[in-house]
Amino acid sequence: MAGLAQERGRTSLVNRVRIGDWIFTALVSAAAAVVLLIIVGLFYELITRSWPAVTHNGIDFIWATEWNPPREVFNAGTFIVGTVVTSVAALVIATAIGVLVAIYLVEIAPPMVARPVSFMVELLAAIPSVVFGLWGVFVLGVFIRDDFGPRFVDVFGFIPFFDGTPLITGLLSAVLILATMILPTVMAVSRDVIAAVPRSQREGIVALGATRWEMIQLTVLPYARSGVLGAAILGLARAVGETLAVTLVIGNRVGIPHTIFDPAYTMASAIANQFTEVENDMHRASLLEVALLLLIITFLINVAARLLVWRVTGGQRVSVVE
Amino acid sequence: MTSIVEASDMRRRRRHFIDRTMTGVMVGAAVVGVIPLVLILFYLLKEGIPGLSLSLFTEDPNRPGLPGGGVRNSIVGSAIMVTVATLIGVPIAVGCGIFLSEFGQNRLGTVLRFLVDVLAGIPSITIGLFIYGLMVVTRGEFTGFAGGLALSILFLPIVARITEEMMLLVPRSLREASLALGAPSWMTTLRVVVPTALPGIATGVMLALSRIAGEAAPLLFTALGNQFFSTDLFHAMDALPLRIFVYAVGPYDYWHDQAWAMSLILVTFILVVSLIVRAVIGTRVTVRS
Amino acid sequence: MVLDSEPRTAVDVTGETGTQSFQFQPQNALKAPAGPEVREEPGDVALRAEHVHAYYGQKLAVGDVSMEIYARKITALIGPSGCGKSTYIRCFNRMHEFTPHARVEGHIYLEGTDIYDPNVDATRVRQRIGMVFQKPNPFPTMSIEQNVAAGLRFTNIRNRSEIRDRVETALKQAALWDEVKGDLKKPGIALSGGQQQRLCIARAIAVEPEVVLMDEPCSALDPIATLKIEDLMYGLAERFTIVIVTHNLQQAARVSDWTGFMLAGEDGVGRLVEYRPTQDMFTNPREDRTEAYITGRFG
Repeated sequence: MAGLAQERGRTSLVNRVRIGDWIFTALVSAAAAVVLLIIVGLFYELITRSWPAVTHNGIDFIWATEWNPPREVFNAGTFIVGTVVTSVAALVIATAIGVLVAIYLVEIAPPMVARPVSFMVELLAAIPSVVFGLWGVFVLGVFIRDDFGPRFVDVFGFIPFFDGTPLITGLLSAVLILATMILPTVMAVSRDVIAAVPRSQREGIVALGATRWEMIQLTVLPYARSGVLGAAILGLARAVGETLAVTLVIGNRVGIPHTIFDPAYTMASAIANQFTEVENDMHRASLLEVALLLLIITFLINVAARLLVWRVTGGQRVSVVE
Repeated sequence: MTSIVEASDMRRRRRHFIDRTMTGVMVGAAVVGVIPLVLILFYLLKEGIPGLSLSLFTEDPNRPGLPGGGVRNSIVGSAIMVTVATLIGVPIAVGCGIFLSEFGQNRLGTVLRFLVDVLAGIPSITIGLFIYGLMVVTRGEFTGFAGGLALSILFLPIVARITEEMMLLVPRSLREASLALGAPSWMTTLRVVVPTALPGIATGVMLALSRIAGEAAPLLFTALGNQFFSTDLFHAMDALPLRIFVYAVGPYDYWHDQAWAMSLILVTFILVVSLIVRAVIGTRVTVRS
Repeated sequence: MVLDSEPRTAVDVTGETGTQSFQFQPQNALKAPAGPEVREEPGDVALRAEHVHAYYGQKLAVGDVSMEIYARKITALIGPSGCGKSTYIRCFNRMHEFTPHARVEGHIYLEGTDIYDPNVDATRVRQRIGMVFQKPNPFPTMSIEQNVAAGLRFTNIRNRSEIRDRVETALKQAALWDEVKGDLKKPGIALSGGQQQRLCIARAIAVEPEVVLMDEPCSALDPIATLKIEDLMYGLAERFTIVIVTHNLQQAARVSDWTGFMLAGEDGVGRLVEYRPTQDMFTNPREDRTEAYITGRFG
């Protein structure tokens, strides 16, 4: 029998096939392992490089506000405040608009309208950060300084935070640019989550006599709420880590901003702005500590957001590229 | 007869009024959502076109303050670093995507898929600092290679997930036909599934490539930037987004003009790729970066 | 009342005049304003469909179906899958048009008013003609109580105790009260499939519609849950007109007073073949196609 099989050029049943499979599996597993290595390496590298600063700066690093490189006093309080204020404000704006657009696209717009609108909002995510920054300085910043700002202060200047001197760069510019930059994320994820709400839910309430808005309000949004929350948090993660656009438009000044027109600093913009011009080793290590803090925050936000979105869409990928 | 619980006319009118108002609000939001892109594109064209010239592509930057010159160094530098990133990123990303699609329908796959998604969300500036610690500190020099490596980490999650998605789109019957012919499963994957998914994967690579081409944050501390023309991977190298950043904050008007022109070039490239990707793989894959 | 002035039964129950025996009252009479309560009269017409055509985009799914639904009776629509019966029943409360690109031509009169009249508010039609769907669809973010009260939000009932009373009444009518009265705050999806479907029935009848449409309400349920729903339907028929679509012939025979048999022709368009009292239909079908279907020769 064996002779016949050889004669016909047949191969043994136990042959290299298994080895081939083994090599193939090993190769793709190695590629997959690289992802894990990168994430572990990221934390490892930042922790070891910033360790001198972690011990030097102590726990005050997180809330104290003095950042004085010559005196080797490094506290990230102002950066954290700047990051929180800009990201949260941008998130509120982007979520309000993004979710409304998402509902419009899924529930109201005919496909002829929904597709181009969807595409145009998503294309916003393709614009590089640095181009947003350029636009933010020369178009938005100038508009705020010359037109919007003075008029706004005339009318609302009596309210705290809304007074001050409008400049080209400042908190408001950063918030608006950030809101624009995370709008596509919030919109697209919300859209996918809302589209995943079963039709039977909509029919159930419509059959009771609900109007379209009542349907959205009573069944669609409650059903999709954790996914929409996930979308918003995903947007928050983007806003927190956003670097160049913010560096260009926020003004980069150490200090707690007192009005919406004040210059400020975020964690990412502090790193981008100072890292290549550090005054001493502790300055460099402290900036790496800021980066470590940024990494931990965005990592946690991302994990939370993905879990929320996954729960709604059942682990199914809602869209491929974020 | 009228049902006793039926709404009064006034209440009914109010409900319909709210419905119409909210519809109007949503339409308004959609308009607001589209405005930023329109405005950005408008200003890119308005400010960018006057700055476009042949010398932008053929000359290197002049000594600061001396109008004229070009950004050949940045364009070439961007091309080199993006190429390096693609060469490093494609095998790993495609391998990872194959792993996810072929062996990833279990707990391990779910965890890995999750990590890939999380990696996609990590700020690019921290990735730049990671490579800085890994390569620049140890070598004592900023290099184009380090820049390419940093970009490849941004590239990886995008392409890995597109590869997985595209592989899963390949009909089961095709796989089974190959297996039934006695082909081992690795051969089935490589000879049947991957080639079928290849157009999708290729467009995914293009998409990722266009995204990393616009990234400056990971290059700040790896490639650093270089106002002179250089193709040496092991020295500091320039890139378009880096040069835009430098020129945007610089004091000279001609720098600003060139920054707009460079932005126009960059965005045109990215938008063209996005449109191609959209045409090839349709709406299944969205174009977020 | 206009309906009283018309022949008592528009369809010849004895069937002497043939299968297409449903005749219609003059248009002008139908347009007259609704009169006093007439539902006590057995054989009164609750809904009158005239030449209903239902489309999905360009595709005609239901072609020219006319029939009368009798008040406080249970009317079953049977037929093989794809015959358009589910599409057709969704025309009765204007749910068909909720499907993208779907539209309806023809008229359906509810107490003399054409629900497809351009001036008619579809949300109001749906308040008066309730619906129960194939798969139980309680709202997962609402409690049992909130689920039942969901439709009341669109009415004038704002008083809490009144809402609670109505919830209780509806749950009792749906034969669910005894099982859930201690857990009204629990989420509706915590119930079993059969209970969920009864919850959806309670939700539909809480707003006291005149008609309850049921689109294969038991197709997702086990036999015991199915029997429970069939049981409660008899009780419901004392207060509501019920139209039920079912693919289960035994179910139609068991619960319904009238049965309509629908069949899709070669062209894929669903049409009404025969519509008669259930007993007649099952014992003495007039059409060969009906007989073939109910004796199990096809479908």
